[in-house]
Amino acid sequence: MAQAPAAPPAKGRKKTEELPEHLKAYKNVWVFVELEHGRVHPVSWELLTEGRKLADALGVDLCGVVLGPKAEGTEKAVAEAFHYSANRVYVIEDPLLAEYRNEPYTKAMTDLVNKHKPEILMLGATTLGRDLAGAVATTLQTGLTADCTELAIDDDKSLAATRPTFGGSLLCTIMTRAARPQMTTVRPRVMAMGDPDRGRTGEVVREPLDMAEESIVTKVLDFIPDSDTNQAQLAYADIVVAGGMGLQRPENIRLVVDLAQVLGAEYGCSRPLVQKGWMTADRQIGQTGKTIRPRLYIACGISGAIQHRVGSEGADQILAINMDPNAPIFDFAHHGIVGDVLELLPALTEAFRKRLAVDRMAG
Amino acid sequence: MSQGPNMVVCIKQVPDSAQISVHPVTNTIMRQGVPTIINPYDLFALEAALKLRDQLGGKVTVLTMGPPMAASALRKALGHGADDAILLSDRFFAGADTLATSYALTAAINKIGAERPVDIVFTGKQTIDGDTAQVGPGIARRMGLNQLTYVSAIPSIDLEAGEISVHRRAEGGVQVLKTKLPCLITMLEATNELRRGSLPDVLRAERAEIKVWNAEAAGVEDLGKCGMKGSPTKVSKVFAPKPRAEKAKMITAEDGAPASVAAAAVETLLDADPRLLSVLTKQTTVA
Ligand SMILES: Cc1cc2nc3c(=O)[nH]c(=O)nc-3n(C[C@H](O)[C@H](O)[C@H](O)COP(=O)(O)OP(=O)(O)OC[C@H]3O[C@@H](n4cnc5c(N)ncnc54)[C@H](O)[C@@H]3O)c2cc1C
Repeated sequence: MAQAPAAPPAKGRKKTEELPEHLKAYKNVWVFVELEHGRVHPVSWELLTEGRKLADALGVDLCGVVLGPKAEGTEKAVAEAFHYSANRVYVIEDPLLAEYRNEPYTKAMTDLVNKHKPEILMLGATTLGRDLAGAVATTLQTGLTADCTELAIDDDKSLAATRPTFGGSLLCTIMTRAARPQMTTVRPRVMAMGDPDRGRTGEVVREPLDMAEESIVTKVLDFIPDSDTNQAQLAYADIVVAGGMGLQRPENIRLVVDLAQVLGAEYGCSRPLVQKGWMTADRQIGQTGKTIRPRLYIACGISGAIQHRVGSEGADQILAINMDPNAPIFDFAHHGIVGDVLELLPALTEAFRKRLAVDRMAG
Repeated sequence: MSQGPNMVVCIKQVPDSAQISVHPVTNTIMRQGVPTIINPYDLFALEAALKLRDQLGGKVTVLTMGPPMAASALRKALGHGADDAILLSDRFFAGADTLATSYALTAAINKIGAERPVDIVFTGKQTIDGDTAQVGPGIARRMGLNQLTYVSAIPSIDLEAGEISVHRRAEGGVQVLKTKLPCLITMLEATNELRRGSLPDVLRAERAEIKVWNAEAAGVEDLGKCGMKGSPTKVSKVFAPKPRAEKAKMITAEDGAPASVAAAAVETLLDADPRLLSVLTKQTTVA
């Protein structure tokens, strides 16, 4: 048998694409567990669920990072991180971490990374996570890919992070081959949340913050919770009804709200309604609004532009109502009704009201 | 301090993404003839800076990094009332990710500040075309500015004391923060509405000379930290989203009456998701 020709010399990859020797010690997948006012943002559990897949693909540990004051909520966050499959949790408890501020949080996170050397660090793309991620990535001089919608491990064991670009019309896959950790943020509700295993525990590693309040320039004067201001809770709603320009006039928003009320749903809209001032910005669904992942999404008079699609196609079931049988919304909705929303919305509200009344009498 | 704050607003020229499409066969981006706009989020930053100038005086410089054609975005900003404009443009900057972008912008802001220290750097919350929400924090970190992201209002600023307080959108609420100048502010969207330029501003903008700085002029020290070379992240592929295999199943009724279609729709939804009914009854009996 003829000798196989010698393999050609490995193609000289550009220097910036090779992992320097000193970074090869970076191991494990980390997820920042976002704790604020004693409550963990659910995106943290979504990220642990996703991080588990990445850690398994790499054959490494999945670790949580919990930063907060010494308090019951902090301990609970640590315990729950194990339930969502972390093997280990790094904890810094310090009164300076009671309210989120960039300076102490950036120090806490960069100290932990420099000491314990993760290869991947994931954060929720929340206002807190983004504020922190940008500062941490710059301090560590590493790559950060924001708002990822898909994460996978490449052949050379690097993280392939896919995110929408050009307003969602395209997707791009981004690699950070020569720096560590590979950082990503993911928006709430983009990844599915696994079921917790309440019996699981793991290793807790505690570290100090080593910072004095006098050295922190920024002070929190007050926190005004949204419960006082009636903000929409779209991201985690089970059922969402939304209206688009097919509603034609602001007074027809009422039809969407009525159906939402009968279903116990949240209501939302496409972007033009926000631009026209018919609904508030916290109700916009889509790329520049909220990502939703409800059991049921009812889209009324919405064309289904790509920017709207990326924020809503994660719904388990989508029913679209549109006058135009060729509307792009029917390309990703599961069920469709071709017709006038102004007639169909009240009919649907009435049909649900009746159906639920029957069921309640029976039950 | 009597002369009002020295402010820099970082803006970016972006393609109007609503008009970008993908070639169905070659899967490449069809950008030809796609108009460009100022990144919509940056307009809130510009207006916030102009408002502060209304109150306190001072100066607003708009800064962008981009190809020569990005000068038109700066001209537009001048037309809305900015005082000065600088275009950071050099082939060494091409292909920059957020880390490399914040490096180059930081050099330019330092250069602007050499004349008179910069008090506030403004950016938009994010851009619509690529890097999201990280250039601002990157600049803040590099320059050692106090970082204020997702700012919805600036209720007070005290130049004497060098202090500023802001409302910052957080998860589940609004933080009221107080910090020292100099600081970096990323403005939240929909917090103000960009003014129309006055006639003199518009005329001035048309004639204005836009300063163009290359890497050397901006005082960039390490070209290795710029552009593609200085970017730890690399785009490995770009592709169009997969279309869903199946289209929506249409729900109809024989008589075509809205009530009949609606009733059919309710049954379809409940059949497709057997647990939906319990979710619905649980939620609505409370009401
Ligand atoms: C950078 C960028 C970001 C964006 N982000 C978002 C975002 O986050 N969310 C978002 O939603 N959009 C976003 N958009 C806008 C998006 O491109 C679309 O313009 C928008 O979603 C369209 O809204 P619409 O479907 O309500 O309106 P239209 O496109 O005007 O569609 C109205 C639809 O209603 C139907 N219709 C009309 N009358 C009736 C009737 N009587 N009964 C039934 N159907 C009827 C029509 O057939 C049509 O399909 C973004 C755009 C850009 C450029």
